[in-house]
Amino acid sequence: MALLEVENLQTHFRTPDGINRAVDGVNFHVNAGETVAIVGESGCGKSVTAMSILRLIPEPPGKIAGAIRFNGKNLLEASDKEMRAIRGNEISMIFQEPMTSLNPVLTVGRQIGETLRLHQGLSAQEAEDRAVEMLNLVGIPEAKRRVREYPHQLSGGMRQRVMIAIALACNPKLLIADEPTTALDVTIQAQILELMKDLKHRVGAAIVLITHDLGVVAEVAERVIVMYAGRKVEEAAVGPLFRNPRHPYTQGLLGSMPKLGSSLTGEETRLAEIPGLVPSLKKKIPGCVFASRCPKVTDLCTQYAPALEEKAPGHVAACHYALREEVVAA
Amino acid sequence: MDGGRPATIPPGINVAPEMGDIMPPVKAKKGFIGFLRRNPTIAIGGTLVLLMVCVAIFAPFLAHRDPTSLAPALRTREPSAQFWFGTDMLGRDVYSRVLHGARVSLTVGFSVAFFASLIGLTIGLISGFIRLADSIIMRFMDGMMSIPPILLAIALMALTRGSVGNVVLAITIAEIPRVSRLVRGVVLSLREQPYVDAAVASGTRTPMIILRHILPNTLAPLTVQATYICASAMITEAILSFIGAGTPPIIPSWGNIMAEGRALWQVKPYIVFFPAVFLSITVLAVNLLGDGLRDALDPRMAKRL
Amino acid sequence: MFAYIVRRVLATIPVMAIVALFVFSLLYIAPGDPAAVIAGDQATPADVERIRASLGLDRPYLVRFGAWLWDILRGDLGTSIFTNLPVATMIRQRIEPTLSLMIVTLILAVSIAVPMGVVAAWRQGTWIDRAVMGFAVLGFSVPVFVVGYVLAYIFALELDWLPVQGYTPFSRGFFPWMENLILPAVALGSVYIALIARITRATMLEVLQQDYIRTAKAKGVGQRSILFVHALKNAAVPIVTVIGIGMALLIGGAVVTESVFAIPGLGRLTVDAILRRDYPVIQGVVLLFSFIYVLVNLAIDLAYTLFDPRIRY
Repeated sequence: MALLEVENLQTHFRTPDGINRAVDGVNFHVNAGETVAIVGESGCGKSVTAMSILRLIPEPPGKIAGAIRFNGKNLLEASDKEMRAIRGNEISMIFQEPMTSLNPVLTVGRQIGETLRLHQGLSAQEAEDRAVEMLNLVGIPEAKRRVREYPHQLSGGMRQRVMIAIALACNPKLLIADEPTTALDVTIQAQILELMKDLKHRVGAAIVLITHDLGVVAEVAERVIVMYAGRKVEEAAVGPLFRNPRHPYTQGLLGSMPKLGSSLTGEETRLAEIPGLVPSLKKKIPGCVFASRCPKVTDLCTQYAPALEEKAPGHVAACHYALREEVVAA
Repeated sequence: MDGGRPATIPPGINVAPEMGDIMPPVKAKKGFIGFLRRNPTIAIGGTLVLLMVCVAIFAPFLAHRDPTSLAPALRTREPSAQFWFGTDMLGRDVYSRVLHGARVSLTVGFSVAFFASLIGLTIGLISGFIRLADSIIMRFMDGMMSIPPILLAIALMALTRGSVGNVVLAITIAEIPRVSRLVRGVVLSLREQPYVDAAVASGTRTPMIILRHILPNTLAPLTVQATYICASAMITEAILSFIGAGTPPIIPSWGNIMAEGRALWQVKPYIVFFPAVFLSITVLAVNLLGDGLRDALDPRMAKRL
Repeated sequence: MFAYIVRRVLATIPVMAIVALFVFSLLYIAPGDPAAVIAGDQATPADVERIRASLGLDRPYLVRFGAWLWDILRGDLGTSIFTNLPVATMIRQRIEPTLSLMIVTLILAVSIAVPMGVVAAWRQGTWIDRAVMGFAVLGFSVPVFVVGYVLAYIFALELDWLPVQGYTPFSRGFFPWMENLILPAVALGSVYIALIARITRATMLEVLQQDYIRTAKAKGVGQRSILFVHALKNAAVPIVTVIGIGMALLIGGAVVTESVFAIPGLGRLTVDAILRRDYPVIQGVVLLFSFIYVLVNLAIDLAYTLFDPRIRY
């Protein structure tokens, strides 16, 4: 049994001018200790997916449907109390903006210690001692002094290290990292990625990495899920996906990617520009969601939404055209 | 795979199952009715204000008797078919007096809102455009704002003969600093805008900049502020009259009617009750209108307040 | 830090000077002849001249202002026209009930309004939120004295739970003192509660949108702790600022509340002075309250650093 199973996840938001179908029928799983990346442009629903797993979507205006099974337990049916016991303890999360994700009026030590006091019942003193250890672990010098400081006294990279310390304080089984390096300088990005890989080995947590940066994906992920317009369009192990992308969208994303092994952090590894805009999610799209931007679009695509199909072992994609190519190739 | 699909699907095509709706659809409300639906406070507040304005205008026709005519024989009658709101200690018909009271309240409210906005706008514009004047004016406004408005109005009223005009003057002076600050704030933030910068750089003259860029953007917050000033001026007028520092007792204002009913309030509460209800409803209506306008005109401000 | 406090305290001196100048100048701003107004309609020309001299209106403006300011700095607020007592003495005799009323109202209002605003923000859009917002609009719309009469009618006359009117000094015990202050404090507090609840809700709504609140939720922090520890502490500065600014409403309302509940405080002194046209008393009260107002807001300014570690001096 997988650690996390997401089934038919739908997360919709009520807005004044219609219902925004931000995530519309996504399936995936994460095994224990595995690193899975979810990639896509901004607005593709990858962050909403991440937030839905921990049920951090405000309801209303949002609503989550489907099933999210963690260790076999459907989180969508869990009570608020059960969810609180899971958040920060068994599943924890790192956010994109280290500058704004830490509470400005509470000390760093208190914010790390809070999780420990909540989930492990530590006393204030024990929690602070553990916070110092955690700061040491994530490589913050002078941890004893730093625990008593406020976030504004730390640099962006340091704050993201603090976020990681908070997330890992309780040894979670699953870590969701939502664009953990996007807001950071390139050199700091590499350090944070190293730190995450290192800690993953030590703690043994599975990671769901949300990113639009394919360089980051190539560096840390084992399996990749490509999302577009609220749907999963392709999924494969990192090697096959980069070598042989099946979906035209993934091909577009990888268009300007240099070969694996070359510089991974340079500007050129960012997403290539794909002409056109992500369609509005406030209207139902009859055919393939990518049809409006796809270079290989046919009448078939605008009429019938392609189902996800296994194009090669362990490699699924949602494209009529990819299927044809496969048949011809075979 | 998808057995339930119509047979028109070409063979070999694998169609994704359609995802259902998980929440009811949104009905967009458009047009004037939609606007009122989305801004119920404007609809309710506006209707009530209009109603009160009508009451004030047609008070002489709606009133049963002359609001100032004394009838000692009919003193302190309970509300009845003849005297809807009863009579006061001098036998005057409270219903007729309350209707006429609407005239005083609305006159004071609207006049103060108008004059305070006009003067505050002028001071705010000067302050926002002339650096030298700014520090002096704003220091002075800070000082004025440190005097609680009601006390300031009381002090001014103590020095003048009671009249509706002087009440308007006293409350207006107390309200000016707030408007000036608001307008100055808007001007200063607009001056930072690139398009205003560009206008200045391209040599557009200041009056033109004010007319084209500043005034239109000041209008929305100023209108909202003016409604709030109108509401608070009506309350201040009532308070001033109530403690004997407002409209002369001869004029039937709501504050005066209540002041006269004060001595008897434990035995004849209706004398205080009816003007109180009219005053509260009118102020409530104006406040609702203000809240609605704020939400409709300036969503940013709506978030802050 | 210390240097900042000194600078901030010094900065209030010009504000106070302007307040004094303005209060002083009211005599000159007021349309008509203040001396004649104060003397009343039955006054002889000699009476008017006597009043003019006692107000100092016969001397040049600046000379008179200098002398008046000097007197104030020595604690002399002038002499009552009606009682011939020093205004400072009259104020001292009447200040306890007013301060009692204001302090009780302040504590009551803050302890009711802040949780109200927090809950309204948390439950935004629900009937609780609407009820709080509805109450706030009502609080702004119903004048203090009307609230006072309604409360007195229900709780004192009909139910007979609390005294209708009057004041018991604190020296006669806490409960008798409190018993007389509850109704006036609720009446006076209604606008203040409305104001604080509204700003609390607005600020909390903004704070609850922040990323760090999401972080707290992702950590498994409970709802109460999110609201009152993570969010409220961040919302404190605007709320405390409005509490300070709202003191103006409290001061203005106290004058009226005292006449409704027959509390022998500064408000009553003011109202009596209005009826007797005893301007020096009014001037003294206005000046005193304005200074208190400036000082309270100064204290609040200095207290910001307690709420937000980012504010450093």
